[in-house]
Amino acid sequence: MPGFDNARQFPQSIEDIDFSDIEEKYKVPFEEGFDTIIVVDNAPTVDESKKDKLLKFIRKIFKNAGNIKDIDMPMDLDPETETLTSKGFLFIEFETPEQAAMAIKQYDGYSMDKTHHLAVNRFTDIEKYSQIEEEYKEPEEEKFVEKEHLRSWLTDPQARDQVVLYRGEDVSIFWNQKTEPPEEVHKRINWTETYVQWSPLGTYLATFHRQGIALWGGPSWNKIIRFVHSGVKLIDFSPNEKYLVTWSNEPITLGPNGGAGTPFGPEDEGRQIIIWDVHGGNLLRSFPSSTLSSDGTPNKITWPMFKWSSSDKYFARVTQGQQGQQGQQVLSVYETPSMGLVGNKSIKIEGLVDFEWAPASDKEKEKDKHSGEKKQREELLSYWTPEIGNQPARVTLLNIPSKEIVRTRNLVNVTDCKMHWQSNGDFLCVKVGRHTKTKKSTFSNLEIFRVREKDIPVEVIEVKDVVIAFAWEPKGERFAIITTSDPNYGQPTQGGVTLKTNVSFYYLEKPKPDKETLEKKSSNAIYWSPQGRHVILATLRSSTIFDLEFWDLDFETTLDQKEFAKTDPAACLQLMSTQEHYGVTDVEWDPTGRYVITSSSFWRHSIENGYILWDFKGTQLQKHLLDKFKQLLWRPRPKSLLTSEQKKAIKKNLREYSKKFDDDDDWVKLKLSKGQFEHRRRLMEEWNAWRRRVEKELSEERENAGVASPSKRDDDTIEVIEEWIEEVVEETEEIIDD
Amino acid sequence: MRPILLQGHTRSLTQIKYNREGDLLFSVSKDQVVNVWYSHNGERLGTYNGHVGAIWTVDVNSTSTLLLTGSADNTAKLWEVQTGKCLHTWEFKTAVKRVAFSEDDAMALAVTEQRMGYPGTIVILSIKNDLEAEQSDEPINIVYPKGSKAMAAEWGYLNKYIITGHEDGSVAQYDWKAGDQIKSVKAHNAEITDLQMSEDRTYFITASKDKSAQIFESNTLNHLKKYMTDAPLNSAAITPIQDFVILGGGQDAMQVTTTTMRQGKFECRFYHKILEDVEVGRVKGHFGPINTIAVHPDGKSFSSGGEDGYVRVHHFDEDYFKFKYPELH
Repeated sequence: MPGFDNARQFPQSIEDIDFSDIEEKYKVPFEEGFDTIIVVDNAPTVDESKKDKLLKFIRKIFKNAGNIKDIDMPMDLDPETETLTSKGFLFIEFETPEQAAMAIKQYDGYSMDKTHHLAVNRFTDIEKYSQIEEEYKEPEEEKFVEKEHLRSWLTDPQARDQVVLYRGEDVSIFWNQKTEPPEEVHKRINWTETYVQWSPLGTYLATFHRQGIALWGGPSWNKIIRFVHSGVKLIDFSPNEKYLVTWSNEPITLGPNGGAGTPFGPEDEGRQIIIWDVHGGNLLRSFPSSTLSSDGTPNKITWPMFKWSSSDKYFARVTQGQQGQQGQQVLSVYETPSMGLVGNKSIKIEGLVDFEWAPASDKEKEKDKHSGEKKQREELLSYWTPEIGNQPARVTLLNIPSKEIVRTRNLVNVTDCKMHWQSNGDFLCVKVGRHTKTKKSTFSNLEIFRVREKDIPVEVIEVKDVVIAFAWEPKGERFAIITTSDPNYGQPTQGGVTLKTNVSFYYLEKPKPDKETLEKKSSNAIYWSPQGRHVILATLRSSTIFDLEFWDLDFETTLDQKEFAKTDPAACLQLMSTQEHYGVTDVEWDPTGRYVITSSSFWRHSIENGYILWDFKGTQLQKHLLDKFKQLLWRPRPKSLLTSEQKKAIKKNLREYSKKFDDDDDWVKLKLSKGQFEHRRRLMEEWNAWRRRVEKELSEERENAGVASPSKRDDDTIEVIEEWIEEVVEETEEIIDD
Repeated sequence: MRPILLQGHTRSLTQIKYNREGDLLFSVSKDQVVNVWYSHNGERLGTYNGHVGAIWTVDVNSTSTLLLTGSADNTAKLWEVQTGKCLHTWEFKTAVKRVAFSEDDAMALAVTEQRMGYPGTIVILSIKNDLEAEQSDEPINIVYPKGSKAMAAEWGYLNKYIITGHEDGSVAQYDWKAGDQIKSVKAHNAEITDLQMSEDRTYFITASKDKSAQIFESNTLNHLKKYMTDAPLNSAAITPIQDFVILGGGQDAMQVTTTTMRQGKFECRFYHKILEDVEVGRVKGHFGPINTIAVHPDGKSFSSGGEDGYVRVHHFDEDYFKFKYPELH
């Protein structure tokens, strides 16, 4: 029962009572936003008589944007004419802010007639701009923070290369040190969640996380930039590292606050591909994943989804046309940095299956660097379309941005085409999978386009067997193919049957096209050295054979041979070494072509995971067995800054340079062996000192206990007793008659 | 030299041991038989029959008169080496996993398994070296190891203490009279599978499933050396003459059938005892994991027993004795 003991504490009058909580609760919400209202300027000034006519006209214009709730046009009394005249502006209220925004977007700058161009603005903007302070205040200058030298690793005095190694949960970066154990540069646990990837010029290391991609680099290996893309699975850099494409299997969602705090806007919702500016970290454009294919099922993701032209200027992809019908494929070529379609529309190509950009030659690259944005050269791409109806299959070379067709070639009985550009863009080889008329067996044709020559002549090389691997020599005029006529080819093999294969090298120049075939091999992969000349033939994905063959295509032993080589280039083909790496899954050349690493990744199997470092001749330098070894990647190098003349001069004086390097090597070896020697010597001394001490203690203890050492062996006390035992096995007596 | 293959067991080997002179080699196996062989030519002298369970462990006294075995039939048996007669049987609640004679042969330890509610123990038995004498059933003491159960045990010199290797990878020193733990160090990350003493018992080597073997000083349990390999280890031994250790093991027997022989890593590996990281050589031959390794006391041969049921006796070539680290001598 509440009493009135504390009655004195009651408020004296009504003014003393605090009602603020109640007021808060029952406050009438006023419409705060003026977002639905727009201001239209530059309207004609009219008097009372024409007011309705004008309003009707205005209403007619703006009703396309949305439902108009109200229009208000203030009229003033003109002192001269004593009539009410409008002032050239009016207010329109829409039902929703979206409609208002639409009206601004559509009718800002709209021409009613020759003299009246409407200016449409948000009502709230007027207030906003009127509140701007009159005095100009200089924005605070951001402190300049010097960025680290992102290419510092190239300044290594010994020109060593770096590798990134992903093992278990650890990601580490090492210097390759030839025969000495690799030197660790940086290491982090859980640096990435799935895998790691270098940018194409080696500037950045990309790591994958649930929330997006992070790029790392510089001498300190700090985070340089971050790209928010939830669930990102695949990334692709443009060739010059200006742009980054990311793909996630989860469509972008804006969340409850409409994407605030993320780089995404309403137009990005539901999309899966994003193109980023690597330097600024800005989202440039998002794309939906490739549209549904003709039968309505989602397309398989092919990566890279967008292919970049060599100058970073264009990127393109194949999409199904809007109707999603067969034969409605389009090639969408986009331009940077505007991110718009070249010529504002996609190129319709019936049946388009695949396309490839031509790589740039060194000269073109040089030009790109100097011309900058001013002049854009034409870039070439090739695409192919299969047979449709009576129309033969066709390979076409197309120039961008002019969209001019440079060359077409018709092909028949085609099952599949693969386009391989030589790294300088000098040649295009189209590997055509063909079938006989009965469609029972397949064989291959190689169509070589000589792109740099006039009219682009095409050579055809017929191969009776199926070509399972093809590779151009980098910057060279040679290529290697692996063919097989094995009946097991294409069959679902059990236990990994290794196919019998033939390897052929083709020479396109000097003095006439020629080829050299190596028969009865098991190799199924070709790895050219990035510098050309050397090639590794490997047998991968087999369960029994793990061969690696190191070949040299310009092997010169004697002068005679050199002469001979002019007529028969194949004479210089030489097998330098045959090696085996048990369980090999990957082969990686270092960017200079000096070393190669073969590895056995935990991702494929758990047999002898680890890696072996070889030199280009196939001499094993190091072997490391590492549990849960996952990935190893050489850090790519940007193009050399030396001109071809400078390179030639170096090659000429190689003898002098090599002497210096030999000296360096000797010195390092001496230092190391001395260090190792000291270390081992110390170990031996420590051990011996410890033994002496322990043995002394032991003998003292034994003496005190009065027990002799039982394990003391004295060789003198060993007595060897030899026993001769004679046994009579059988005895017969015969009497021989005289 | 060509190894001698001893084909006398029908199941996997569990332990092999040389006598002090090294002319005899005793081998025990899961097939319940103890075999004794001439170590120089591999001729079998005879067997010791009587156990009715897999035999886990064997040891012989320094005068080669008595043999002690421990078995999964929950007994330890004492045999007369020369005749094969069973002199005494000790009965326990659980299997006997390890036996070892003390330095003076007057005692032996028996490590019993922790099973069926019984704790793992180390039982100190009194041994009378007179063949005619009646052996005492009553143990001198029973040590209850703390924490994880013991997997292997050995005597310190002058019977000062016993050293135990445990399932959790720790190594401990116990006062066998009082039954107290003196010291313990966490040595390995996985169970210890073998523990062998150096000739003078001042240091010992442990082998573990964590793919490493380590050498410790007996008195202090100070860690001295560590040898890293790429396979789980079952046994490790120290060689006289040369400063080597021999490590053996391989992939778990359970997984062997699913992998190739090459992957199993069933090799005896030789490491330089003092330089640690120098692998001197490997000896192949077994087609199952190696369970036990023993080195001849004169250091001129060694034997290995495998899951495949064979014992391989290897006599070292001349090269082995000539081997020297050029930079160190």
